[in-house]
Amino acid sequence: MAALPEFEKHAHQEVKSTTCYMCACRCGIDVTLENGEIRFIQGNPDHPVNKGVLCAKGNAGIMKQKSPAKLRQPLLRKPGSERGAGEFEPISWERALDMLTKRLRKIRATDPKRLAFFTGRDQMQALTGFWASQFGTINWAAHGGFCSVNMAAAGLYMTGQSFWEFGDPDWDHAKYFMMWGVAEDHASNPIKIGLEKLKSRGAKFVAINPVRTGYQAIADEWIGIRPGTDGLLALAFVHVLLKTENFDWDYLVRYTNATQLVIDAPGTSQHGLMLRDEHGQIQAHDQATGLQCAWDAASRSDESDLALFGKYTTDEGVRVKTVMTLAAEKYLSDDYAPAAVAERCGVDAETIERLALEMAEVAFRESITIDTPWTDWTGRRHEKFVGRPVAMHAMRGVSAHSNGFQSCRSIHLVQMLLGAVDSPGSHLAKPPFPKHIAPPIKPARDMAPNTPLKSPPLGFPMGPEDLAIDADGKPLRIDKAYSWDAPVAAHGLMHMVITNAVNADPYQIDTLILFMANMGWNSSMNTAEVQDMLRMKDDDGAYKIPFIVTSDAFHSEMVNFSDLILPDTTYLERFDTISMLDRPISEPHAACDAIRQPIVDLDRDVRPWQEVLIDIGTRLGFPALVNEDGSAKFSGYEDFITRWEKAPGIGFLAGWRGKDGESHMKGEPNPDQWQRYIDNGCFFEHKLPPEQRYYRFANKDYLEWSKSVGFNAEDGPIVMELYSETMQKFRLAGHGIYDGPCPVEPEDRQRLIDHFDPLPDWSIPLEEQRVDNSRYRFHAVNQRPMFMYHSWDSQNAWLRQIMAQNYLYMNRARGESLGIEDLSWVWVESHHGKIRCQLKLMEGCNPDTVWTWNAIGKQKGTWGLSEDAPESNEGFLMNHLISELLPPGQGRAITNSDPVTGQAAWYDLKVNVFLAEPGESGIWPSLDAVKPLPGMPDSPQVLRYHTHEAVNLERPFSDALTKGSTFKKEEGKR
Amino acid sequence: MKLGLVIDLDTCVGCHACAVACKQWNTSGTTGPLSDLEPYGAEPSGVWFNRIRHYEADVYPNSKTVNVPMSCMHCEDAACVTVCPTGASWKRDDGIVLVDQSKCMGCNLCAWACPYGARELDEESGVMKKCTLCVDRIYDENLPESQRQPACVLTCPTSARLFGDFDDPDSEVSRAVAERGGVAQMPELGYAPVNRYLPPREKPEVTVSEETRGDSTPGGAAGLIGKWMKRQKDAFDRFGKRTSGEA
Repeated sequence: MAALPEFEKHAHQEVKSTTCYMCACRCGIDVTLENGEIRFIQGNPDHPVNKGVLCAKGNAGIMKQKSPAKLRQPLLRKPGSERGAGEFEPISWERALDMLTKRLRKIRATDPKRLAFFTGRDQMQALTGFWASQFGTINWAAHGGFCSVNMAAAGLYMTGQSFWEFGDPDWDHAKYFMMWGVAEDHASNPIKIGLEKLKSRGAKFVAINPVRTGYQAIADEWIGIRPGTDGLLALAFVHVLLKTENFDWDYLVRYTNATQLVIDAPGTSQHGLMLRDEHGQIQAHDQATGLQCAWDAASRSDESDLALFGKYTTDEGVRVKTVMTLAAEKYLSDDYAPAAVAERCGVDAETIERLALEMAEVAFRESITIDTPWTDWTGRRHEKFVGRPVAMHAMRGVSAHSNGFQSCRSIHLVQMLLGAVDSPGSHLAKPPFPKHIAPPIKPARDMAPNTPLKSPPLGFPMGPEDLAIDADGKPLRIDKAYSWDAPVAAHGLMHMVITNAVNADPYQIDTLILFMANMGWNSSMNTAEVQDMLRMKDDDGAYKIPFIVTSDAFHSEMVNFSDLILPDTTYLERFDTISMLDRPISEPHAACDAIRQPIVDLDRDVRPWQEVLIDIGTRLGFPALVNEDGSAKFSGYEDFITRWEKAPGIGFLAGWRGKDGESHMKGEPNPDQWQRYIDNGCFFEHKLPPEQRYYRFANKDYLEWSKSVGFNAEDGPIVMELYSETMQKFRLAGHGIYDGPCPVEPEDRQRLIDHFDPLPDWSIPLEEQRVDNSRYRFHAVNQRPMFMYHSWDSQNAWLRQIMAQNYLYMNRARGESLGIEDLSWVWVESHHGKIRCQLKLMEGCNPDTVWTWNAIGKQKGTWGLSEDAPESNEGFLMNHLISELLPPGQGRAITNSDPVTGQAAWYDLKVNVFLAEPGESGIWPSLDAVKPLPGMPDSPQVLRYHTHEAVNLERPFSDALTKGSTFKKEEGKR
Repeated sequence: MKLGLVIDLDTCVGCHACAVACKQWNTSGTTGPLSDLEPYGAEPSGVWFNRIRHYEADVYPNSKTVNVPMSCMHCEDAACVTVCPTGASWKRDDGIVLVDQSKCMGCNLCAWACPYGARELDEESGVMKKCTLCVDRIYDENLPESQRQPACVLTCPTSARLFGDFDDPDSEVSRAVAERGGVAQMPELGYAPVNRYLPPREKPEVTVSEETRGDSTPGGAAGLIGKWMKRQKDAFDRFGKRTSGEA
């Protein structure tokens, strides 16, 4: 073969590492630059998260950087213009920050809660939460409340670890994998890497999802469940496992609260609480002595033998039962028999029973061992880790229902019965998880002018006494998190902030700061009316939300409804930390964190939001940011990250601490820390030694280490809570007999009684309970396509070529029975509103379900798209159909959310679908076009992106001469 | 030499990573740029060497969803080469089918001839473009050896893409095809496509043993709980402590 030309001039190229942020997966990337332009973005082969691979989004990073929708300069709504009219004028950063600081200083000096600061798809909650605490407002949260708090909370209140991005299936050892309600997830590439591992090993993959797209395509078995019934299916599995005596007796005794004694005294304030001795020690029953004993001490003793099942009466005459007895009594009921739930779940009884038995077979008859000796928390040495190789992963399809918290707990219950939490082959926690149940942080309540909060705004209530309510039981927070509406709202309720603030319920605020959250569009339920609320004025002509500040990198719909716009950088233009204090990039067997570094030069007058936060905080004189003389402690974000310590030796970045940079996890600040990260590909990885890799809730070495590095406050065991006393406390409050705060309103009381079962429970989703289901016959759900999951990249010139319009999808036979043809225009109607959109028929869809791709639809004029873009003319939002409030019931207006956690119940939606009239086409509603922002470039009509002139590979003349243009078979192979 | 791709339909989740990686590499590659028309407009379209098609087979509830990435098959008897009137289309000795950009006049004949839809006319450049198997990566000795792979192969999160020499029976691609029964697409057309698709693996079955199935205890919850209470007491009485299992 002739020599090849030099295609790439490597001398003109350099490779820089950083961390991707096209979604929340946070893969390591190597970016090849050529003359300052991005030649190629590829996965970093050494990176613990993605191991060299990269998804469609990550590969489209160039087009994010090239987006014409990038904001270019600070903007102020023109004085005299109406909010939402799109009239803005450029202002300088100095003027913008001066204006904002003045306003914030006044709020902070008078009534700090009048600042509400909510953040969207960011991963710097440790920083924004720190900032809010220093400001002194409890009105802070990130977007977990409308994302998947149910998964986080259910796990943290039950197993100490959770799905979401906080744990992973043991891809290397699992033999059976059940995936519930997952379109795509934060662990975008790891799930894909893992599925391939499973399939190449011959493990069975069962997908439970109303729709067969994405991962479900390669599942060995697809269960097209009816939305909102996953928890019921899980409890039917529990029924079968108990009935057939397939549960891990020893695991339950040793690692869960299954042997602990629960007081059986109905009608009293003690009913359902754990039996404790005078020292507060939870009690169990020791068969060795026939006596009640302290669970903790008995668990350490070789002489004790705790009863898993039993009903006793104490010397004081108190009747008690073990947790496991209560569980067996509940779940062995015929209500949970496969035949009883089959129709509701849309899964036949035989299949339910078979799946449960398959899991039991694999867990107990195909157990695995890892021959590594380890020591449990009692000091007992074990020669090996025994594994129950049944893994699960669950996500938004479970969480985005009003029964999601309990449904997720029900899935965890199946795992616990199988001994399949943090055992080899099962679901493994990622450090800093597991944590004690629940993590010992209480939500902040007290605020005072010019004073930082004493605790973080968000935390984990352990009973009604921990709620953020006043003496009259009224919510203290603007989003009503930690009120009777949502007592365990561990991530806040961002989706309620605008509605509550506009209604001055519970009070008025002055300034709303939104970071990277498109609350004017796809991140809000009831989008059109939310836009009206953002424009709403009181009788004096003042806006009900007086001042709205948005920080975003792009021209989103929310930008249009802001008074002050502070333009952010892209992920390739700034320093960032992905911190162990926040949501790190850990893998099950390694504690990891990461950074970003600027890859390309800034070409606009924009600033990283984290830099702006440090700047404003310093101007406002936050104690953590200024010296006693008022001078700045830190020169900026990088300096702050290097030198600020949460506790001695513990800061935002765990790697290369200590003066010499040789201390990891803990150590003095290292001025050279950023460079050490950069030298290491922008990530840090502490691999756990083999004896710390499993059973970490009870693993002495791991627990001691996790305390030493600040992950957990204690090194005692993390006892998994099959039964939640915390939930029972709330239920007692519902009955009005709790020794502490109890709600007064009948509806509040009933919600606590109905939804706070201390054992995992299932109930009909709230919207379904309240609407006419004969009229609203279909469940309506949505998902993001893999190539846009957790990103907003409809602006992305490459990704939108894959999809620029969404359709409503319906089961083909069902559609045909209703006379609906492919590509019909249909009306979709909910109790709250209606939309018109185009429909497609498909096979892989539950017959009672319609669905669409979410957030493809955009408002005209935004995101750098032309007004005739399909996103704004054929693409639609389901959000218009979803009310942020429940359909009217007996009592007051109440959030359309999980009654435990406040998780937005997006997928509770019930709709009717009918054909549009002939001639009716196009989406409805179609909101008015947004005006262009000043100083934005025109979007190009043609893109010809390249970083160097192509080096053509010419066909050698000799080749053309000898071979002509025709292949001659008789000449054989060339 | 017979270079080509193997695509595993058992693990392809249809994520489009390979398609975008291809676009990204090749827009600055040997036949770049890969133009995009109306990138922010009503009908965004552009040049892509690799497109993912999604199909359903069978009917609910037994329907299957199948994702099929499609790019140039680098046919041994490539119709696109045969029909090219200028000699721009050619097949290298290593098997890669290429378009010499300096000889192509954009007549589109090759696109008509290709049954796989693998050819893409770049209207802005006025020439035909197609998968090069990343000829500008696989032979680049300035790249680490592990990186001398087509961009689509490097990026695939489910390792559903393999690259190699089908003439070498020991190559990864040849072995995968042999082990998994890799198939060509539409071989009946006679162009001898080189790329192979691995069909979905046989579904693993879990056989539930009698032991797992258990025997049904009469008396419902009370009966079972009573049985378990008796069992734990019996075990204690007999052995001084419970002995079930180990962990």
